[in-house]
Amino acid sequence: MFENVRQSFQSVWAHKLRSFLTMLGIIIGIAAIIAIVSIINGTNKKIQENLIGSGTNSVYVRITESGDLNYDMAYGGIPKGFKVLDSDVRDQINEMDHVLDASLYVFREGSEDIFYNSTQLQNGTLVGGDSHYLHASGNIIYKGRNLVEDDFTNFRKVALIDSVASEGLFPAEDPIGKVLDIKGEIFTIVGVFQQAKEFAPEINSEEDYDTYVSGRSSQGVVLIPDVDWPMVAQFDEPQNVIALADSTDTMTDVGKSVASFLNEYMGIKDSANVKYRAEDLTKTAEKTQQLANSTNQQLIWIAGISLLVGGIGVMNIMLVSVTERTREIGLKKAIGARKNKILIQFLTEAAVLTSTGGILGTIAGVVAAEVWSKMEGARVAISYPSIVIAIVFSMIIGIVFGLLPAVKASNLDPIVALRHE
Amino acid sequence: MLLELKHIYKNYFQDKIVIPVLKDINLKVDEGEYLAIMGPSGSGKTTLMNIIGCLDRPTEGEYILEGRSIVNYSENGLSDVRLNTLGFVFQSFNLLPKQTALDNVALPLSYAGIPPKKRREIAFKALQRVGLQDRVKFRPNQLSGGQQQRVAIARALVNNPKIILADEPTGALDSRSGVQVMRLFKELNKDGVTVIMITHDANIASHAKRVVKIFDGRISEDHDDSLNGNMEGEIAGGRLI
Repeated sequence: MFENVRQSFQSVWAHKLRSFLTMLGIIIGIAAIIAIVSIINGTNKKIQENLIGSGTNSVYVRITESGDLNYDMAYGGIPKGFKVLDSDVRDQINEMDHVLDASLYVFREGSEDIFYNSTQLQNGTLVGGDSHYLHASGNIIYKGRNLVEDDFTNFRKVALIDSVASEGLFPAEDPIGKVLDIKGEIFTIVGVFQQAKEFAPEINSEEDYDTYVSGRSSQGVVLIPDVDWPMVAQFDEPQNVIALADSTDTMTDVGKSVASFLNEYMGIKDSANVKYRAEDLTKTAEKTQQLANSTNQQLIWIAGISLLVGGIGVMNIMLVSVTERTREIGLKKAIGARKNKILIQFLTEAAVLTSTGGILGTIAGVVAAEVWSKMEGARVAISYPSIVIAIVFSMIIGIVFGLLPAVKASNLDPIVALRHE
Repeated sequence: MLLELKHIYKNYFQDKIVIPVLKDINLKVDEGEYLAIMGPSGSGKTTLMNIIGCLDRPTEGEYILEGRSIVNYSENGLSDVRLNTLGFVFQSFNLLPKQTALDNVALPLSYAGIPPKKRREIAFKALQRVGLQDRVKFRPNQLSGGQQQRVAIARALVNNPKIILADEPTGALDSRSGVQVMRLFKELNKDGVTVIMITHDANIASHAKRVVKIFDGRISEDHDDSLNGNMEGEIAGGRLI
């Protein structure tokens, strides 16, 4: 077999120009597919990072009603069976596989009771969190300081605001040291935080926009120590959890195991209406990915046609080659080569021709994708499985389209073939 | 008995018209014979050669080679006979132009499933035997006609065949190279290889020990030099049966 391959390379090399022109269809087809797949992959990676965890891999496990709606404690009170979690529950979650950090928190969305002087924070979110909140939710301190141990032990009325709230309430001032009125209680702002990784999703359609916007939380977040929560909400509440996963790929699994751990801990049945549910961001991400894929998959079909045309070119040239080498085939059969030896010789040659085309096409495709990414600033991700598939596929093209010429060669009558001029 | 042809007929068909080429050919060849088949063009000698060489099947008749009837062999079976029992030498050499003398000679060995290194050793010995040990790496176009034909003979020899079939082996050669090639056949025959040669040249045929003349699809004369002169006719006649 190895010898057949070696001889096929010699024969391909002997007709360099012809072989190259024959391969061209395969090269272009494979290059196009590799480039398109790389661009799809890059776009998908980007969407995944944007929508799932914003590149920070934070998984939110919240107390929700069926239909994935956040359960509203202000309206419904503490749901049956739920209780306030101790910090050792947080520690247990932190010990779980793929969990880098965890935070327990309570929150109110759409809060209308946050004021700076007479300016109201519209549609803000009020969060009561522990000292892990910022890290687990993928935020960093932008100005001022984080919550410290003393804030919790001394029930200090301090607050951190995010950059959105900062822009809304303090467009021209430094917010550090200013006081907020939250439900009539006075909190001093000690820090401003923001997303650790800023991202700008590529929005190509209305659907992209909806997906993106619904993935975002609110018009601003105000974080206070969880010990202060009863001051603004009248009672302690069962907490929600943020778990920081070690990678985007493990987010879904982390979310599921944290949710089932919490439900079990509380003794809440699977069938319960109100229970812990992990936010399923992969679903929304997939929807956007599918959108990008469907456009690009049409391009793959077009590239596939190029491969078909390339395959027919290979068949044509192999038929010419069989005719040219009729005497050689006749001689080989006369001196004792069995039919299948001739068949395999020509099949190998066709497969070597197209596989070489496939390899050259892969290189061209990778280069094209890189050039595209440099020119357009678009992200590309070379997919190694697709490279293997492309080369194997080009080999299969050679075998399929080489079959007819090879059968023709192996069926030649040695007497007639030897007389061929 | 090495091979025996019994009542061989061969017809070709052209537009539904039957063209008989061989008519009732009977021929016995013993091991170690040196046989020339002579005849004018169109006499059927090439067709006879193709049948002996297992390249063609007779329309009718029996062909026994090394004690086995081979007319009903499968295509692969006939390939194996050609590979292991027969060696071919053609008028136009039929060497592969892009391969060296050594690779050309080694070609049949690859079909016999011999590993590459062993192949080169055997092929080198075969080239040595035809006196071309200093031309192993040459390509056919770097060799003279006589040398090319000797490479072809080495290729025919390389699988240790029982029979060498030569179709006008000197037809494309000048007379001096022709003589060299004929001398080589004589040596091989002395070493025990059966040589069957087709020619229309009486001069070349005279090198053979036995001459079979064929005319219009029938054997017209079978003359054996190696036998005692006065028994010749009787024995030769017997062979015609």
